[in-house]
Amino acid sequence: MISLLDHTATILLRQLQAGALSAVELAQAYMDQIDRCDGTVKAFLHIHADSVLEQAERIDRKRAAGQPVGRLAGLPVAVKDLLCQEGQLTTCASHMLGNFHPPYDATAIRKLKEADAVLLGRTNLDEFAMGGSTENSAFQKTTNPWDPQRIPGGSSGGSAACVAARMAPLAVGTDTGGSIRCPAALCGVTGLKPSYGRVSRFGLVAFASSLDQIGPIAQTAEDCALLLEVLAGHDPNDSTSVNRPVPAYSLAVRRPLVGLRLGLVREHFGEGLDGEVEQAVREAIRVYESLGATVAEVSLPHSRYAVATYYIIASCEASANLARYDGAHYGYRTKEPAMLDELKHQRKQLHEAGDSAGLEALDSALIRMYRCSRSEGFGLEVKRRVMLGTYALSAGYYDAYYLKALKVRRLIHRDFQEAFKGVDLIVGPVTPTPAYKLGEKADDPLAMYLFDLYTASTNLAGLPGIAVPCGFSTGRLPIGLHLQAPPFEDERLLRAATMFQQATDWHTAAP
Amino acid sequence: MTEPYVILIGLEVHVQLLTRSKLFCGCSTRFGAPPNTQTCPVCIGMPGSLPVINRQAVQLALRTAVALNCTIPRSTKWDRKQYFYPDLPKGYQISQYDLPLSHCGWLEISDPKGAFASKRVGITRAHLEEDAGKSMHDEAVGRADSRIDLNRAGTPLLEIVSEPDLRSPAEAKCYLTELKLLLGYLGVSDCNMQEGSLRVDANINLHVGTADGPVPTPIVEVKNMNSFRAVERALSYEAERQWRLWQELGVRLGEPGGHKTTRGWDEGRQATYEQRAKEESSDYRYFPDPDLLPVVLPEETVESVRASLGELPAALRARLETGYGITPYDADVLVNQGRALVDYYLAVADACGDGKTACNWIQQGVLRWLNDRQTTIDAYPVPATEFAALLKAVLAGELTTSRGREVLAEMIDHGETVEQAMKRLGIERVDEAELETLCRRLLEANPKIVAQVQAGKEKAVGSLIGQAKKHNPNADPGRVKDICLKLIAGM
Repeated sequence: MISLLDHTATILLRQLQAGALSAVELAQAYMDQIDRCDGTVKAFLHIHADSVLEQAERIDRKRAAGQPVGRLAGLPVAVKDLLCQEGQLTTCASHMLGNFHPPYDATAIRKLKEADAVLLGRTNLDEFAMGGSTENSAFQKTTNPWDPQRIPGGSSGGSAACVAARMAPLAVGTDTGGSIRCPAALCGVTGLKPSYGRVSRFGLVAFASSLDQIGPIAQTAEDCALLLEVLAGHDPNDSTSVNRPVPAYSLAVRRPLVGLRLGLVREHFGEGLDGEVEQAVREAIRVYESLGATVAEVSLPHSRYAVATYYIIASCEASANLARYDGAHYGYRTKEPAMLDELKHQRKQLHEAGDSAGLEALDSALIRMYRCSRSEGFGLEVKRRVMLGTYALSAGYYDAYYLKALKVRRLIHRDFQEAFKGVDLIVGPVTPTPAYKLGEKADDPLAMYLFDLYTASTNLAGLPGIAVPCGFSTGRLPIGLHLQAPPFEDERLLRAATMFQQATDWHTAAP
Repeated sequence: MTEPYVILIGLEVHVQLLTRSKLFCGCSTRFGAPPNTQTCPVCIGMPGSLPVINRQAVQLALRTAVALNCTIPRSTKWDRKQYFYPDLPKGYQISQYDLPLSHCGWLEISDPKGAFASKRVGITRAHLEEDAGKSMHDEAVGRADSRIDLNRAGTPLLEIVSEPDLRSPAEAKCYLTELKLLLGYLGVSDCNMQEGSLRVDANINLHVGTADGPVPTPIVEVKNMNSFRAVERALSYEAERQWRLWQELGVRLGEPGGHKTTRGWDEGRQATYEQRAKEESSDYRYFPDPDLLPVVLPEETVESVRASLGELPAALRARLETGYGITPYDADVLVNQGRALVDYYLAVADACGDGKTACNWIQQGVLRWLNDRQTTIDAYPVPATEFAALLKAVLAGELTTSRGREVLAEMIDHGETVEQAMKRLGIERVDEAELETLCRRLLEANPKIVAQVQAGKEKAVGSLIGQAKKHNPNADPGRVKDICLKLIAGM
């Protein structure tokens, strides 16, 4: 018998609407599943234990009283701990914000509340979304529900893992260079990074402002369409959000695309791509062909610079975005008495040694407070990127790094424009390999960065991209298919993904 | 040239724009609210908050830039200027770096007393940026506590940078006065230095004449000046200090020990003091703010702003000089009082038909009154029409100037019309025939005086004027004298 938890959000919503299922029953079922599984998966940083059933009851009451209810009424949603929620701990998986309770809701959170979603809890991530494995969380390491020895991918690892482990039917993630699509692929679920500007970033704690997008993670593209419909839309609080109407994605999603033209990126099927991943992706393309799609090879000549370009731009923006965490206003501050004692001690030593140059160079108390608060509050990967970005923006290096990266970004964008002249979608792998072992790349940041090879350029060009389950490795690890569309063709992407999911059942597999 | 050097001064002026809300959020910009009561997640830099540009601020900045004859690019962008300080909550200030809202303008200054020739001072650029918060350092005994007030954080500032075209502290002061006046006419800022809505930093150095041509001395940036007079004094002090230093050490700009330094002005000691000695070029790591889109400024927008500027001080002065026949000095005095006073002047001058008289009366009658009460023309109790009626009576000889002043005083004190005030003072227009009868009578009663006048001592008629006033206080002394002389001549 198919369990309640194996249903897609679309089906659950239908049951809720029909009165066959109550929001409380559903919320309880997920809470029970969290109790059973999250000890191993560790997808959640915190669960709104005391309010989940309350939220669900309120929605049931509304429904029973015949009051109008929101688009997602009664559906539980898990949210990456990077979106501000009023009064709720929002940590960004960082000690820096370990005790931070925002005074306001992110627009995406407000929309979820208005849609009567049941907010389940906050999911784990790489600290400030910097990473591809969720190992950079300051609090816990999330494991892959398909193999607890392996990473779930990142940075939205908690969101993808909780959907894969059936601890939530819907989850919200964020994607800066692949952070929705990579964990979705590695956990065997569907994850959409919308077009840049489609979803408001207001209240999303910024990593790299020109690349960050909030997006849905769910079992199916149809469920992603449902959630995107709620999240998307213009927001006067976000100047980069785009003022164009939100299509009824969830209604359009089941309409197949006729005469679909797929583009296969020549450069994405080369060195570094795992054989089993390549095989699964090529098999998925054959499925499309059997559905009437044509396939052509396209070239993205600058795609080999995507990772380098991405890491310069993202780190530059991050170095400025994270400057506000300085211990002065909120968040972590170093223990001041100890800091001042040490400073005093150092001053005394330098004085006794007659080291006037040393005294001159010694920090003021304020500078030392900044230095200690940031050194202690941030994790290694965050510090690495802040350093990288600070360096690349420094006088004398700006032109060689940041400015050059902007130019390459434009070329990458142009590559896509050229490619989309002949094809409707670009198709390829999401990640070069299936999930690797926890700790495997912990000491090799470059190898970790290269994992974004196929996804980073989507963000650089502002395109929508989706990861769809398309097979398993021999070790039964999920493999993802990557589809990309021109800007604001999110609907095309969702329809194409749904076509595939109607023809295959990879997305129904549960660990 | 009396000194063997030329002074080069460039000014950086920050003015707070008169917007209702801050540059990137909806918080109020009102001055003087309790600390940290005019803040929101955006202006205190909460995680996840995003800036949204205030269109009114762009509009006011554009007004100023156009009035400063600046070039306005078709689009302008926002940059992050990064540095750590507790009153800068985001760790960066949103400003404009390489594509400012405007550049390459000028402001004409002149000295009405002719101390220097009128000149155009180049405006390097005028750009928008957000203000930081305020740090208040508590230096109470035993604790060095600092408190931060973020009410000001995010307030829109227009930074107006001049070229080093100013050649004396007096020119610098004149530039500031003219700039402040212009900003007032434009209605873009209240320019209150005490409340910090206008702040001035000055860069100054000397070009010393030598056998090998002019040699620049190290540039000094002077800060902490809280009045235009302070700016003038600080720059005078600094020019002398640099000249002395040059004579002692002969260090030129850019040589070891010749880097740019920052000095503060100590109002109490009337001296500048070193603020930042270390040679450090701050690296602000400017880069475009990805949270904001560039602002597009189409030609039509700029033109509609240009059309809406109204008459600016320089044009107004010229109109007063040529159209109303007043001196450049007088025109300057009137225009410097602001548009409302000029409008009052124009109404009076037009109605009484004599610009010069209107100017004199307004300077003596109105400006002094306003100045004594530290108030503005809106508070002046006599409407322009009544003021003009008074001047008409004076011009027609119905009132002497001194009687006119008395009437004006009555009008002010009792809010009366000219007629009412004259009645209260018992002033009546004396009929010419009546006056002649009076004079005839006086001449008959004073044959000695008549004889003296006939003997060539015209002055003797003066005592008759006194007697006439005794008989009729409204008698115009000038008229009495004229009539008496005429009658004597006819005898």
